Amino acid sequence: MSRTEFMQGNVACAEGALAAGCRFFGGYPITPSTEIAETMARRLPKVGGVFISMEDELGSIAAVIGAAWTGARAMTATSGPGFSLMMENIGYAAMTETPCVIVNIQRGGPSTGQPTRASQGDMLQCRFGSHGDYSTIALSPSSVQEMFDLTAKAFNLADRFRVPTFLMADEIIGHMRERMTIPDKVEIASRPPLPEARLPFEAGEDGVPGFAPFGSGRAIHVTGLTHDERGYPDTTDPEAHERLVRRLVAKVESARREIADYEVVNPDARVVFVTYGAPSRTVQQVIHDHPDKGIGHLRLRVVWPFPEFALAEFPDARVFLMPELNMGQISREVERHVGQPVVPIPKLGGDLHTPADLLRALEAYL
Amino acid sequence: MSRAEWLREDRLPHIYCSGCGNGTVINCTLAAIDEVGWRRDETVFLSGIGCSSRAPGYINTDSLHTTHGRALAFATGVKLARPDLKVVVFTGDGDLAAIGGNHFIHACRRNVDMTVVCMNNQIYGMTGGQGSPTTPPGAISTTTPYGASEPAFDLADLAIAAGANYVARWTSYHVTELTKAITTGLQTPGLAFIEVRTQCPTNYGRSNRLREVSDMIEYLRSHAMLVQKYERLIAEGKPIPEGTFTIGELVRRNRPAMGVQP
Repeated sequence: MSRTEFMQGNVACAEGALAAGCRFFGGYPITPSTEIAETMARRLPKVGGVFISMEDELGSIAAVIGAAWTGARAMTATSGPGFSLMMENIGYAAMTETPCVIVNIQRGGPSTGQPTRASQGDMLQCRFGSHGDYSTIALSPSSVQEMFDLTAKAFNLADRFRVPTFLMADEIIGHMRERMTIPDKVEIASRPPLPEARLPFEAGEDGVPGFAPFGSGRAIHVTGLTHDERGYPDTTDPEAHERLVRRLVAKVESARREIADYEVVNPDARVVFVTYGAPSRTVQQVIHDHPDKGIGHLRLRVVWPFPEFALAEFPDARVFLMPELNMGQISREVERHVGQPVVPIPKLGGDLHTPADLLRALEAYL
Repeated sequence: MSRAEWLREDRLPHIYCSGCGNGTVINCTLAAIDEVGWRRDETVFLSGIGCSSRAPGYINTDSLHTTHGRALAFATGVKLARPDLKVVVFTGDGDLAAIGGNHFIHACRRNVDMTVVCMNNQIYGMTGGQGSPTTPPGAISTTTPYGASEPAFDLADLAIAAGANYVARWTSYHVTELTKAITTGLQTPGLAFIEVRTQCPTNYGRSNRLREVSDMIEYLRSHAMLVQKYERLIAEGKPIPEGTFTIGELVRRNRPAMGVQP
């Protein structure tokens, strides 16, 4: 039987991870993500899992990657500055195709910025933050329910595509409390195994190699260096590098439709809000208060890989309005894909846009 | 088990310079594993970045060649998630003590059940011979052209202070003793740290009047002093020759360890 609870977003994130079979958490305390670590510290030992508070964020993501190679579902959670510290090893996870989940409860930046205030300032960092070319998957919850659901989903996507997968929430969603439902069980997709006849980094048609965890007798060499299908370093052959990097990018980018997860409201609207995360809630309020105005809303639950085809769900759109808790990080991505004007509505400082803020922005276009 | 079975022969030839001491350390480590009888499918090698850290790539087991300095943090994840796996880390002085210093002390403090073999050649070898935290004062490197001016880290002392259960130091000259020390390390619950002073004729020797491999090995042999003799000389108030470093088993104890299989 599913049960209804009144829960904090960060706790719901931890519960979603546990429901999805996460059995390893390595982390370092940082506001406003700490309740995730605290919940994991309390809960993991009771389900046979391991919690470890590492010496820093570099160590946290390193331990998570190590645990992931033993076959465990593994996760870390952090906020802005800690996320920045993880970047080198996030690139390592991308290069070595290590399935793992990284939660970022975003706070105001740059630098230590506003530890207790919300932001969506790391949306480009989670896509481009490490050096070199690669692609990742990022989900963005806008309710406590989605903190649970999307965290669980992140593990499935990480395993399916063998890619570090991000839950990019913000302080508002992390710290809000609301009613949510814990389902009886959540869907758990298994990691596709490495077939006997395949080399460790030899991909099938979908670009994703099968996974053989440590201890399974396959003697797999894993390196962050450019490697061939055997996993052996091959750092000077231009073709080997190009073949590998193109595959790492393509395995995620070519699956954009499979990964996409979004919600469409009023597809015949002429003015369309595009949101992800906490600002979605203000747009929902505005539409609720003004059902007569025919306001459209595209709410992204998956931000990366960017589902540009979702914008075509609004054939009559004259303008896309983008309230974000940053200076317009994803609005530039939307702009790349549409002919209509894209108007960023940035909000900095940690507060959510008010319905009045959005109505003011709307007035010029209605 | 034959030791050849543990080598990835399809990876040969290796990338080490002629005269490098790392092959000796790999050989001694595999001999030790042979001695304790670990199976290939239960043993995982990890490393960070640098010459030392290429070693797992030549060993035919599951292995993780990670980022610079972070091998012990990766290894902590492997060991805690699968305590039944045997974990060995190859590292170097730059990897372990500079960028990885924080992970080093905390892995020792936690006393995670793993064996860490540090190939200390007192230089950043792979990147061209820059001064490392163990480059001795006065030594010439590309970043200490007037002689290193900082004191060198004593890695074994650091491991002891931080809490490792087993700490030993030998050199690439002392192959029998080194093999024995690694064997003991593999069998000791908790973190076993074995420092190996090893030669780098290419990037250390040629700048410090030790151009021949034999010169470097002779230097290591003649400057190493068994810890028992060192302590006796100190107790007797006798002088210790300049440049002397201790070798032998420096600590063996039974602090609570993490990741030990129940």
